[in-house]
Amino acid sequence: MDVRYPDAEPTVAEVEALDSLLGVSTVSEGWQRDLGGVHRAADMRSLLLPALHALNDRIGFISQGGLGELSRRLDVAPAEAYGVASFYSLFSLEPVAPRTVHVCIDLACALVGGDRLLEETASDSDGSVRIIQSPCLGMCEQAPAALVSDAGLHAHEAAIGRATAVSIRRAAKLGAAAFTDETPIAAAVPQAGNDGLSLLKRLGVVDPLSIDDYRRTGGYEALRRAVAIGAARVIDEVTASKLVGRGGAAFPAGRKWAAVASQPARPKYLVCNADESEPGTFKDRVVMEGDPFAVIESMTIAAFATGCEQGYIYLRGEYPRARRHLLNAIAVARSRRLLGDNIMDAGFTFDIQVFRGAGAYICGEETAIFNSIEGYRGEPRSKPPFPVEAGLFAKPTLVNNVETLVNVLPIILGGGDAFAAVGTDGSAGTKLFCVSGSVAAPGVYEVPFGATLAELLIMAGGFPGPAQLRGVLLGGAAGGFVRPDQIDLPLTFEGARAAGATLGSGVVLVVDSAADISALLRRIAAFFRDESCGQCVPCRVGTVRQEEIVHRLTIGPRRDGDLALLAEVGQVMKDASICGLGQTASSAIESAIQQLGALS
Amino acid sequence: MTATPVGPPRRLIEFTLDGTLTKVADGDTILTACKSAGTELPTLCYGETLEPANACRVCVVEVEGARVLAPACSRKVEAGMVVTTDSERTRHSRKMVLEFLGSSVDLSTTPHVNGWMHEYGADPTRYGVNAATVAQPVKVDNELYVRDYSKCIMCYQCVDACVEQWQNTFAISAAGRGFAAHIAAEFDAALPDSSCVFCGNCIQVCPTGALMFSSEHKMRAEGTWDETAQTVTDTICPFCGVGCTLSLHVQDNTIVKVMSPEDHSVTSGNLCIKGRFGFQHVQN
Repeated sequence: MDVRYPDAEPTVAEVEALDSLLGVSTVSEGWQRDLGGVHRAADMRSLLLPALHALNDRIGFISQGGLGELSRRLDVAPAEAYGVASFYSLFSLEPVAPRTVHVCIDLACALVGGDRLLEETASDSDGSVRIIQSPCLGMCEQAPAALVSDAGLHAHEAAIGRATAVSIRRAAKLGAAAFTDETPIAAAVPQAGNDGLSLLKRLGVVDPLSIDDYRRTGGYEALRRAVAIGAARVIDEVTASKLVGRGGAAFPAGRKWAAVASQPARPKYLVCNADESEPGTFKDRVVMEGDPFAVIESMTIAAFATGCEQGYIYLRGEYPRARRHLLNAIAVARSRRLLGDNIMDAGFTFDIQVFRGAGAYICGEETAIFNSIEGYRGEPRSKPPFPVEAGLFAKPTLVNNVETLVNVLPIILGGGDAFAAVGTDGSAGTKLFCVSGSVAAPGVYEVPFGATLAELLIMAGGFPGPAQLRGVLLGGAAGGFVRPDQIDLPLTFEGARAAGATLGSGVVLVVDSAADISALLRRIAAFFRDESCGQCVPCRVGTVRQEEIVHRLTIGPRRDGDLALLAEVGQVMKDASICGLGQTASSAIESAIQQLGALS
Repeated sequence: MTATPVGPPRRLIEFTLDGTLTKVADGDTILTACKSAGTELPTLCYGETLEPANACRVCVVEVEGARVLAPACSRKVEAGMVVTTDSERTRHSRKMVLEFLGSSVDLSTTPHVNGWMHEYGADPTRYGVNAATVAQPVKVDNELYVRDYSKCIMCYQCVDACVEQWQNTFAISAAGRGFAAHIAAEFDAALPDSSCVFCGNCIQVCPTGALMFSSEHKMRAEGTWDETAQTVTDTICPFCGVGCTLSLHVQDNTIVKVMSPEDHSVTSGNLCIKGRFGFQHVQN
């Protein structure tokens, strides 16, 4: 390959940044490189996203010189590296200020004026700081939210909850270092410390950095029991539990595990999908921040049961605290020989790497995750083949959402049948809901499937009276609205379906009658336009046309037939898009029209 | 000369295509089966010599039991599958894909597309004059070919031909995201500053004329391009011993572009810079 690299030279800082990840460069040709024993082209390529992060963390953007140096070292053509870097919204390919304040303007934040906050403060942007809009930061319980990131030798990020113009200006001036006081975990978990919790029992109660606290509260008993009963029994219990995926698609977990376990190919991979980006969703963030060892333990059980040797946590880039807590948990687990070789003397090997996303909703799609980890653009693959046969690095791969995985702990400890006895026939166990919007106590709630929406909202401090309630968005931007008269619907997969909605990722966004529904729908349309990967025509152009029509219907000038055209656009996105993003990009807008009479 | 497939014979599997029990070789796609059965499907991003990108979705068909439509170009036939190629849903999706492209991309040099627009009742004008498009100035940064990305439907074929499927040059990639996704060298560099070796294999596979010989581009601008007045003559490239077949497109006794037969067993339509562009000496 006779590749030509950009003429620009990397700066000393950029070389240092790459050295710190890849080792000091001594040889000038990429193909001769030995990255500490990494020779395989595929392994080198999968360092691409981490290397882009290293450059971006150091100087705040990806320069021509930096990209050229990275391409040489990883033996990736510069055009391809550019194609990957330009895919992610957290990377800038033009020189920008080293400090960025991301102000969330998505659903829950929009309801409390996140967009106005951005407007008010954006003019402060100058050569030393950027203040820019962000899609949902996954901090809806602290809306409006912001995130400040400082590039430099010691890159640092801090989340800002209940942001005000004052706190955003402070972040712009002083950076992440000024935000050392972290919101307590319990603030996001109103039920913290209550009896009867299963998934949330440790949140806000134990020190998330302490494995001893974790063990004192039952931690690693499930892994011990899993090892004692053996891999096949573990899968039987998960199957008996009727656990289904909590990421939105509700696929039976036992079937997925059994399919991966039965694959003869080696190695097999386990991917924990922690790219929580559905607007309104924050449950996985809270679980990872508040109970990181539970994520590690449940992944270890899944790996033991299915024969996976390497695990990845694909974590969205905007979750700095979750990343810190997970990295700590992994390091501590390794030191206690709960990760690595011969775990618990049971003769199995498993380790976990945290893979940091870089701002792309689409990378929560299970096959887009594979491309992202492998160092390619995070575009979804077409299925078949399915991940259980050919997933990450074309090997059998188990992909489960964070919440799905942590359900495994009570299943192993209490048995699959006991788990299945909670909830309803079609929806077993408990479910985490991300309650935000017009409620007194927003946060993550755990309730058994079958509790009604009204009951959940009463737990969250009550909801506006029927006259003030406009609707509840269930399932996020890819979900749908329910009307005030449907408030007694049971929160189950089947109950939501019967109401024409979906539980999706557990979003419960309460919208009162003071809310500007038109603005909310414009934002949802803009979100999908921004987040479409652009691979297939129905989604790439359809999300743009949808936004144009929603704009006309809400701001004008309205044209005859616009509503019918919107329905046609929605239909082709549903029918012919490659992946779930395009297939659900019209759901919330359509349900607002049908259920709430919006846009009429 | 046609390539003869080698390898063990594949077993036949049965499936239902538009109500008719049909036998195909295991591993064939729905599109291949349709071609054998004489069922025509529109395709845009599909290239005979490349792995299907299944990006345009104009070839979608209904597979019984599936929630969404399937791209015929890449979905392999499975035994017992029931496929419908012409239903209200498939026609709607095809119409919309054609409208989406017609309203955002300049399809004036895309073959067949007007016929399909008519067949499926597509009307790109109904998105209004303010509908977003990918219109942009033509990139002219070398003497051999131009890139008019106003005509690009993001089929990925030029990239696939440039990277590991054929040329292994890795000069271009898809860049950006969503509606802003586009084909580019690093930092949108001009081709002479990139890894491009000017083999022109991207022009060969481009289905819309976004990539075009400079000669054709110039003649079209001048209004002198006339395919009815052109002859196509196959000959063997004189430059080396590989023996690639060249298809010389000649108008007014002048070579106006050089292509290569995609079913050619040696090169599958691929050439190098000499065969593709080194024809001036013939005219001198």
